[in-house]
Amino acid sequence: METKTKATTAWLNTVEYREKNFAREKLVINPAKACQPLGALLCALGVEGCLPFTHGSQGCTAYFRSTLSRHYREPIAAVSDSMTEDSAVFGGQSNLIEGLKNAYAVYNPKVIAIFTSCMAEVIGDDINAYLGNAREQEAIPQDFPVAQANTPSFKGSHITGYDTMLKGLIDCLATPRQEDKINDRLYVVPGFDTYPANLREYKRLLKMMDAPYTLLPDYSDVVDAPNLGTFELYQKATSISEMNDALNAASYLLCQTYSTPTTSKYLASKAVPFETLSMPIGVAGTDKFIESVAKFTEKDVPEEITMERGRAIDAMTDSHQYIHGKKFALFGDPDVLIGLVSFLLEMGGEPVHIVCTNSTPLFKKAMESLLASSPYGQGATLYAGKDLWHLRSLLVTEPVDMLIGDSHGKWAARDANIPLVRVGFPITDRVNLHRYPIIGYSGVINLITMIVNTFLEDVDRNSPEAYFEMMR
Amino acid sequence: MSIKETIDFRKQVIEDVLEVYPEKAKKNRRQHLAVKDSECSSCAVKSNAKTVPGIMTARGCAYAGAKGVVWGPVKDVVHISHGPVGCGYYSWGNRRNLADGEIGVDNFVPFLFTSDFQESDIIYGGDKKLEKIISEVVGLFPNAKGVSVLSECPVGLIGDDIESVARRTSLEHGLPVIPVRCEGFRGISQSLGHHIANDAIRDHLLGKGPAREVGKYDIGIIGDYNIGGDAWASKKILEEMGLKVVNIWTGDSTMEMLQNGHLVKLNLIHCFRSMNYIAKHMEDTYGTPWMEFNFFGPTKIKESILKIAAQFDESILEKALAVIAKYEPLMQKMIDTYRPRLDGKSVMLYVGGLRPRHIVGAYEDLGMEVIGTGYEFAHKEDYEKTLPALKEGTLIYDDVTALELEEFVMKLKPDLVGSGIKEKYVFEKMGLPFRQMHSWDYSGPYHGYEGFPIFARDMDMAINSPTWKSIKAPWTK
Repeated sequence: METKTKATTAWLNTVEYREKNFAREKLVINPAKACQPLGALLCALGVEGCLPFTHGSQGCTAYFRSTLSRHYREPIAAVSDSMTEDSAVFGGQSNLIEGLKNAYAVYNPKVIAIFTSCMAEVIGDDINAYLGNAREQEAIPQDFPVAQANTPSFKGSHITGYDTMLKGLIDCLATPRQEDKINDRLYVVPGFDTYPANLREYKRLLKMMDAPYTLLPDYSDVVDAPNLGTFELYQKATSISEMNDALNAASYLLCQTYSTPTTSKYLASKAVPFETLSMPIGVAGTDKFIESVAKFTEKDVPEEITMERGRAIDAMTDSHQYIHGKKFALFGDPDVLIGLVSFLLEMGGEPVHIVCTNSTPLFKKAMESLLASSPYGQGATLYAGKDLWHLRSLLVTEPVDMLIGDSHGKWAARDANIPLVRVGFPITDRVNLHRYPIIGYSGVINLITMIVNTFLEDVDRNSPEAYFEMMR
Repeated sequence: MSIKETIDFRKQVIEDVLEVYPEKAKKNRRQHLAVKDSECSSCAVKSNAKTVPGIMTARGCAYAGAKGVVWGPVKDVVHISHGPVGCGYYSWGNRRNLADGEIGVDNFVPFLFTSDFQESDIIYGGDKKLEKIISEVVGLFPNAKGVSVLSECPVGLIGDDIESVARRTSLEHGLPVIPVRCEGFRGISQSLGHHIANDAIRDHLLGKGPAREVGKYDIGIIGDYNIGGDAWASKKILEEMGLKVVNIWTGDSTMEMLQNGHLVKLNLIHCFRSMNYIAKHMEDTYGTPWMEFNFFGPTKIKESILKIAAQFDESILEKALAVIAKYEPLMQKMIDTYRPRLDGKSVMLYVGGLRPRHIVGAYEDLGMEVIGTGYEFAHKEDYEKTLPALKEGTLIYDDVTALELEEFVMKLKPDLVGSGIKEKYVFEKMGLPFRQMHSWDYSGPYHGYEGFPIFARDMDMAINSPTWKSIKAPWTK
């Protein structure tokens, strides 16, 4: 047995501890990833009248709903078929059938989206067969649409579940592609995006560019519903008719890469044209988005967008001095990280530690080539598959000026005595951040506002009186 | 309305809400809903039964009860969420059980430790991985006093033997490793998880601590998870009474407190539902007496202080009376401030272990009336304890579905709803004041003399917030 070192906070902050920490092989501490069905649930909320339905233990659904509600401060509707010990022995068929019958009768959905949690996956339930039996037993009408996704929590992460559910929803609701029935619309898929304001920003830009479009899935009104004095179980979302026509789309624009591979593969198999972009965070990313849409519409980019872009650039030049040369650590989902890092590089900010728990080999390659493309990216390391306890070691041994990530980063940021700018999911300790877009040119302005003002707030709070100045 | 009319109306409300269900679900749900009437024959609601599939329930699972509630707050033990990443992730840092200690040194409450099962672990089993994980925990956190292994669904389904891993690693590393078989599919709610967690403490820790003399005023608090600092507020009163709180289970708790829970003169039990098992066990095995108490609102606090003091000698009673005398004027000041703003307002509650009954008195201190209440995972004896606290005509609902609660609230029109995060925004969208009564809505403590002013302020803020007045746009009809 190795000799125990008496732990102290000082020891936790040493390089020796960092090495020990990075030598860890199996234990995961404070991972920045959730499990598949959470993403599936969020995706399902984006289709009009869709009721998310977990086939598995009811505790899973309680967790997904609570987690999403804490982030959005909104009601999140979802049911489960409450599988218990007897389902482990006999399978979950009777729960699924009874659950469908009740959910259909009580909540009057237009479509039900079934996704699985661990239990159903481990015992190997065959949802498709059960579903046939449910129809036969008249638990739901023969033609009632039920989308399916197998979302085992022991594979991938929440972004995988989003992707699988999206494919399931299209597959369930869309009629087969017919070359003579191709519609004129661009189907825009945001990817696992927790900002309703981003979804609205996509729609605003698409409208400005006069592009016929469908945003899919569009849960912006579900997770940011107005208070009108009444509770509505269902809000406006991607309409069923647009879903029915989803395979007849003129084209698809997938605005995230790593949360959409299953969907893009599916589209390819159905001969639906698509283009995959990096999440349009920062100027270059947004430019690409705008250019892709313009290519689709075959129209010039409207002047308002050029003006809007100009205002974002103006904000960048106005405040470059507060970000240039500053060192950053970041953690989060692959798509968000690619976007944030390219934004920082545009500003002259220097990413140093990038932690991505749900990394993939493709993402690693993309991030490394992004970093290599800029002089400001030379000092950065991507820590693929690492967690926030690794991140803590990095922050205390190789200090940076700011951490960017979700609320779970607050302990590491506190230990390193640096500010945390909250971007990502979940954000449970600040209000309204999901109501400000981080994509598009307005996203550029918002990110600058958050990052720069956080630095300046710190300067003012910590400055000696002699250096306390009116201008910053 | 007369009481009889109220009772009849509310009984009709129940019948109306049931209409929406298919036959089998209707039959099931009817047994869980009742109105308290004079005979009270009908208010024996069915409880602790399976949830109807496909209907929105607030209930969680055994893992939530064992990890989220009972084990999670124990600060110097590393709690491994054993299985895929989700369960641990969703129960990470959001129960508000505060703990005092050095994070990463002797306090592991704000952490998520997970074995992050992958497909290969499902196929080949996770025992070897667990063994490795435990050795990594020991290396990285040498001050941890123990390791708990909290099983998630797959572990039980694939037939892993975490008990033998625990035995082996415990011997190897010389510290307790406690297997907790709280897979989410066990039982029908959080409740079985509480029981399993209690049994794990009984089997692996209790009675195995360092020997200690039991002082004549040593007491323990059982079933207080220190939400927003609740346990500290309770402790303050008890220590001012001259008692010495040597154990708290499990808010801000340590492994030694779990080992020595029986070494007290009296155990005070706060959340009966989640910890009655171990309290009864300590009485049966070690002769440690226990009693329930309620530190919500000055009326109940006073009653409880006197009841507790009666278990000790005159000197304690004297101090107890002094404590009451010291704080009652302050409490009266609070009541004078808030009662005029809250008098006659009605509340509907739907919470977990004990609050649907325990907090009724605190509302009454403010002149408010609880007109509906229910539990997520109560058993028969919880409802038996609840009925005496309720007025005739109170609506009682067990494992209430989201739809039922919405309908009840729309028909009964309370001024305030107190429930959980999943319910909160539904009612706020309806324009109804709401407080989360699991987490104290990120406020608290609500226990004790320290908590009541905060409770009163929060209820007033919710009900009298000017924001509700802006909902209607002037141009809408």
